[in-house]
Amino acid sequence: MSGADTGAGPLGDASSRSSAGLVPRLLPTLLLLTAIALAALLLAVAIGSVAVPFSGLWAVLLGEGEPLHRTLVVELRIPRALAAFATGGLLAVSGALMQVLLRNPLADPYVLGLSGGAAVGALGAMLLGLGTAWVSGSAFVGALLSTVLVFGLAHGTGSWTPMRLLLTGVVVAAGWGAMITFMLVIGPTERIPGMLYWLMGDLAYARSPWPALIALAVACAVVVPLGRSLNVLARGPLQAATLGVAVRPLEWSVYVAASLLTAAAVTTAGTIGFVGLIVPHMLRLLFGSDQRLILPASALAGGTLLVLADTLARTLIAPEQLPVGVITALLGVPTFLFLLYRSR
Amino acid sequence: MDLEAYELVIDIPGRSDGVPLNLDIRGGQVWGVLGPNGAGKSTLLHTLAGLRRPRSGQVLLDGKPLLSLRRRTVARHLAVIFQERHDSFPASVLETAMIGRHPFLSPWDVETAEDIDTALQALRRMDLAGMEQRSVGTLSGGERQRLAVATAITQTPSVWLADEPTNHLDLHHQVSVMRLLAERAAAGDAVFMCLHDINLAARWCDQLLLLYPDGNACWGKARDMLVPSALERLYGQSLASVELHGAPVFVPTESARR
Repeated sequence: MSGADTGAGPLGDASSRSSAGLVPRLLPTLLLLTAIALAALLLAVAIGSVAVPFSGLWAVLLGEGEPLHRTLVVELRIPRALAAFATGGLLAVSGALMQVLLRNPLADPYVLGLSGGAAVGALGAMLLGLGTAWVSGSAFVGALLSTVLVFGLAHGTGSWTPMRLLLTGVVVAAGWGAMITFMLVIGPTERIPGMLYWLMGDLAYARSPWPALIALAVACAVVVPLGRSLNVLARGPLQAATLGVAVRPLEWSVYVAASLLTAAAVTTAGTIGFVGLIVPHMLRLLFGSDQRLILPASALAGGTLLVLADTLARTLIAPEQLPVGVITALLGVPTFLFLLYRSR
Repeated sequence: MDLEAYELVIDIPGRSDGVPLNLDIRGGQVWGVLGPNGAGKSTLLHTLAGLRRPRSGQVLLDGKPLLSLRRRTVARHLAVIFQERHDSFPASVLETAMIGRHPFLSPWDVETAEDIDTALQALRRMDLAGMEQRSVGTLSGGERQRLAVATAITQTPSVWLADEPTNHLDLHHQVSVMRLLAERAAAGDAVFMCLHDINLAARWCDQLLLLYPDGNACWGKARDMLVPSALERLYGQSLASVELHGAPVFVPTESARR
């Protein structure tokens, strides 16, 4: 044994070592991102068809203020802003996870056909003229169904590899795509705009932000301690196993977690593209690829991006609203390309 | 610490069992595996590392079945230097070496100054000092290989499994890696490596395993195994040998094996 510091006898577990905690090292960056996120949330609550000045906002938060302001802020804008934040955070975290799981920088939360399954569920409910609760519910079921289908098929008779999982997901997604087109064609004209909005992401369907927010908080708490294992997993399954990672259980958990997070996001706000792909990459370009930082930072930055995008979506051509997915793409694509261009 | 193969048959689809391996890889020994392409050298190495299930038999680490041990426990004692590696995400040289400390850290730990020091020393040992902040993607093949060795050093194992550890290396660094492994063995570690170069094996290994493509194998002390006729049969290539400083040196001759 050349490492005398590992303690304990042969094959025994080493005694726990004292070392600096993880939290202090991550804190400065995460505090900065939290501050930016809070500023974005405040902005989202203040801006809209009726601008609420910050003094009025403060009064409302203290439980006073004008009744109109209170209704606007407490019943409409805060839930919607929080739902946007949670959705963006969920998508970005799940994108970061998928990219590590598939060891493919092009992976995003939707690459495994999740959004397609969710969309078929949601559009099906809309075709039948069911209410928003049904739309959300069937989107969730569709997403999970797609997950199980892709994983079962990729697993096949042998074992799955990232490449096989990716191919299966892409092909299943193409199948869902055909069904979506079919539904749009046969759908009654008056329902088409709603269906298209859902496909481009629409936070008007967000009923309560809490399920998504809770999912996001739980995900961060679970995933951050796994960060170093994920760093090792990114080096390939064999290298990870040699370094003590239980590869299969970890890959399974990541797959299930990423799927659930995406399903929660899609259920809240429809399919919103680019956030899951672009946010983790932007953060990697800025902060390096240590997952311990990238995962919680993705939650914050993804949330911030979507809050800003949704604020723009509902004010840019007010009183009309744009699908938020249009804005995330318009904001995200140039920013991402700029960062990529500047990086070495 | 010892690594033992007991009646081990590696699982290569479509190949008959051949000779079951009974190897006792002890601390202090340097083992070399020789064999032509496709003989199963890497498969054997992965099986000995517990990364692949054998067709039959078992591998014992310190007398305990390897597959019954937790990966984390194994990782604290056994390191593998792989032939191929994945760098899908950008990382610095230091970060890459540092993952060798993973088995010793609990989820909420950050690497301590001591861990960083271990990694820096390993990088220095592999002539990578000054490159700590370089991105792995910018390294040459040989530098990347030395980084893989440095990562294994950072892992502070007592059993070393190395798949062609001299791949991509220039002559000087080939010797430096072999010397490192010999030093580790002299300090009591067990070393087991696949090699393509018979002469490196002849110079640095004290035990050799010859692995034939049909699953046959023979093993023993290096000087007993380095018989020209056996090596010619192993590679299907005729060889000439000369003595240099008391050790045999083998050179392929032009003709295929007679």
